[in-house]
Amino acid sequence: MKIGLIGMNHKTAPVEIRERISLGCDIPGQRPLIKDLLHIDGVKEGVYFSTCNRVEALYASDDADPAYSGVLKFFTERFQVEEKELLKFLYVLWDDDAVRHLFRVASSLDSMVIGEPQILGQIKESYREASEHKAAGVILNRLLHRAFFVAKRVRNETHIANAAVSISYAAVELAKKIFDDLSSKKALLIGAGEMAELAARHLLNNGVREITVANRTLERAMEVAKSLGGRPALLDELEDHLISADIVISSTGAPGYVVKAETLKKNRKKRRNRPLFLIDIAVPRDIEPDVDKLQNTYLYNIDELQGIVEVNLDDRRKEAVRAERLIEEETIKFRGWLEGLSVVPTIIGLQEKSEEIRQAELKKSFSSLKDLSPEQAQAIDLLTKSIVKKMLHDPIQFLKQTRTHQEGKAQDLDYTRRIFNLNHGS
Amino acid sequence: MNMIWFKGTLACYLAATIIYIVYMFTQKKRLHLIGCSVLALGFALHTVHFIINYIHLGYLPVLNFRQALSLFSWAVAGAYLFTQMKFNIRALGPFVTPFCVIMAIWSMGLHEKTTEIDPIYRSFWLVIHVGTIFIGNGVFAISCVASFMYLLQERQIKTKKPGFFYRRLPSLSTLDSINYYCIMVGFPMLTVGMITGAIYAQVALGTYWRWDPKEVWSLLIWALYAALVHQRLAIGWQGRRAAIMSIIGFGVLLFSFLGVNFLLKGYHSFDILGGVR
Repeated sequence: MKIGLIGMNHKTAPVEIRERISLGCDIPGQRPLIKDLLHIDGVKEGVYFSTCNRVEALYASDDADPAYSGVLKFFTERFQVEEKELLKFLYVLWDDDAVRHLFRVASSLDSMVIGEPQILGQIKESYREASEHKAAGVILNRLLHRAFFVAKRVRNETHIANAAVSISYAAVELAKKIFDDLSSKKALLIGAGEMAELAARHLLNNGVREITVANRTLERAMEVAKSLGGRPALLDELEDHLISADIVISSTGAPGYVVKAETLKKNRKKRRNRPLFLIDIAVPRDIEPDVDKLQNTYLYNIDELQGIVEVNLDDRRKEAVRAERLIEEETIKFRGWLEGLSVVPTIIGLQEKSEEIRQAELKKSFSSLKDLSPEQAQAIDLLTKSIVKKMLHDPIQFLKQTRTHQEGKAQDLDYTRRIFNLNHGS
Repeated sequence: MNMIWFKGTLACYLAATIIYIVYMFTQKKRLHLIGCSVLALGFALHTVHFIINYIHLGYLPVLNFRQALSLFSWAVAGAYLFTQMKFNIRALGPFVTPFCVIMAIWSMGLHEKTTEIDPIYRSFWLVIHVGTIFIGNGVFAISCVASFMYLLQERQIKTKKPGFFYRRLPSLSTLDSINYYCIMVGFPMLTVGMITGAIYAQVALGTYWRWDPKEVWSLLIWALYAALVHQRLAIGWQGRRAAIMSIIGFGVLLFSFLGVNFLLKGYHSFDILGGVR
């Protein structure tokens, strides 16, 4: 059995193909692609992953060549691209490489944003679909379960998903370190730029209760407020809104300071000393730097946020190295299991295990039966040997009968290994 | 004396401290759970130690410095376990347990004098007076630690270079609420402790108030915490100022506990308490 993985992702495919990938990613009901995959000659088991950033066909075949060309054809038909063209950005991986790749994808090491958690759910969904169509057999079942296990290990044993690696995430993380729970907090967005809106959206997704959008023109304020589900306000009313706000994001094009330390200081009593977190994304800056010196007031400008992101990215790269090592370890383990899935190693495993048991039991008996003559001892030794041999005779014969149906054989081997618990260490 | 219980207690406190510190670096949740259980076991042993001593001696064992230190560490451990259950802040442990260990070791190192004691100490008022004061001390210690953690975390945020502690410490808001909560529990305890102390003095000595150094310092501590409570409730003090105030309050409390005993002699001093008046 050969494991193959053919696919493309955001790193390999050009944008016009990626558009076609992402077209299909959110539409339900067009799923039974897995059936087409299974009908390909030589493909015994298959799982088809399709997310907005990648498509991959993972399969196990007993006849590698027709399976490979069949899967290629499947891709050319699906994406309407010449095979020659398609091969430029398709990756074709076999066995260990395919296994390693799947583990990396499941652990979110191959994602656009490393460490993002959605990918695992998407793989589980694809696997569930494959199971429904009985497309996953002994090998892929085991492989996918290993992938889920590896992803869990990577998440638990490395800090890969812990740190914020974009400015808006870093801002949300800081807000949480100041306020803990954001659900009772009010945000104020001054001016509107793309990045400010993104940060505001992240805050809303993390539970911020309400948002006010202040702008020089009410029209623009209303427009942005509508898209964020907030309330519009004019810049002239800023002072009042600063009193009720807990989190301020500023990104106006104004040349001078829009928020002054003096104003905040004056209103401290009205705010009842509540903490205030200000994020200044504008260049030139909107918020007077002295604001940071006020009590319970925390000001971050764009460079400072960027600084946190850099540190986190660095950490994440270090963690990724640890994760890769872990994945390598698991890939080797899986290879061990797969190799065991042929007749000879299984028979040897069976014999070794029974011999081990026999020796251990003999040792125990001999130590309690001290007065045995050498002949008697030899007789016992022979007796146990022949019992073991007779016991193993039928299972071994059963394994030796070559089955025509490859998958059935893999299944038999897997059962045998499990019944006799021959898979130690994995 | 039943030193076996106390030795067990000390071993548990020490083990919990080490486990907590390892936890702080590795951030393995299981370690924290183990540390917490070990500390709880230590606290239980400590409690048994007190009960046995109380029954054996017939009065609350707080009449010498050794016993008072032991009671202090017991109160801090108890207050910690209580706040831990309420807030579930895993970062608190490594900062609190060293307190317990230092006080327990110090107590252990002191020489035990067995002297005849005045029968007035076999009073139930002593139990209430000392009990409430020490529960107050325990939660004030936690509030001080939480305040220290607050300042540490705030520093991480203010310097714009969040690092080791930024990730490990809880949010400012959580630390501030621990501080608030502990003060709100500790202040009534301190108040009750002082009132019962006055009543006890009236019953035992015939006078409510004697301007003894400990009494004066306690009044100062009470005033400090009263001011903090007032500022919090009426003016909305929170965060940095409340944290600093809470640390000052506990600093004065520690001075009163140690300094008044060693430097300023009064009838609360242990060498006088322990001996015959």
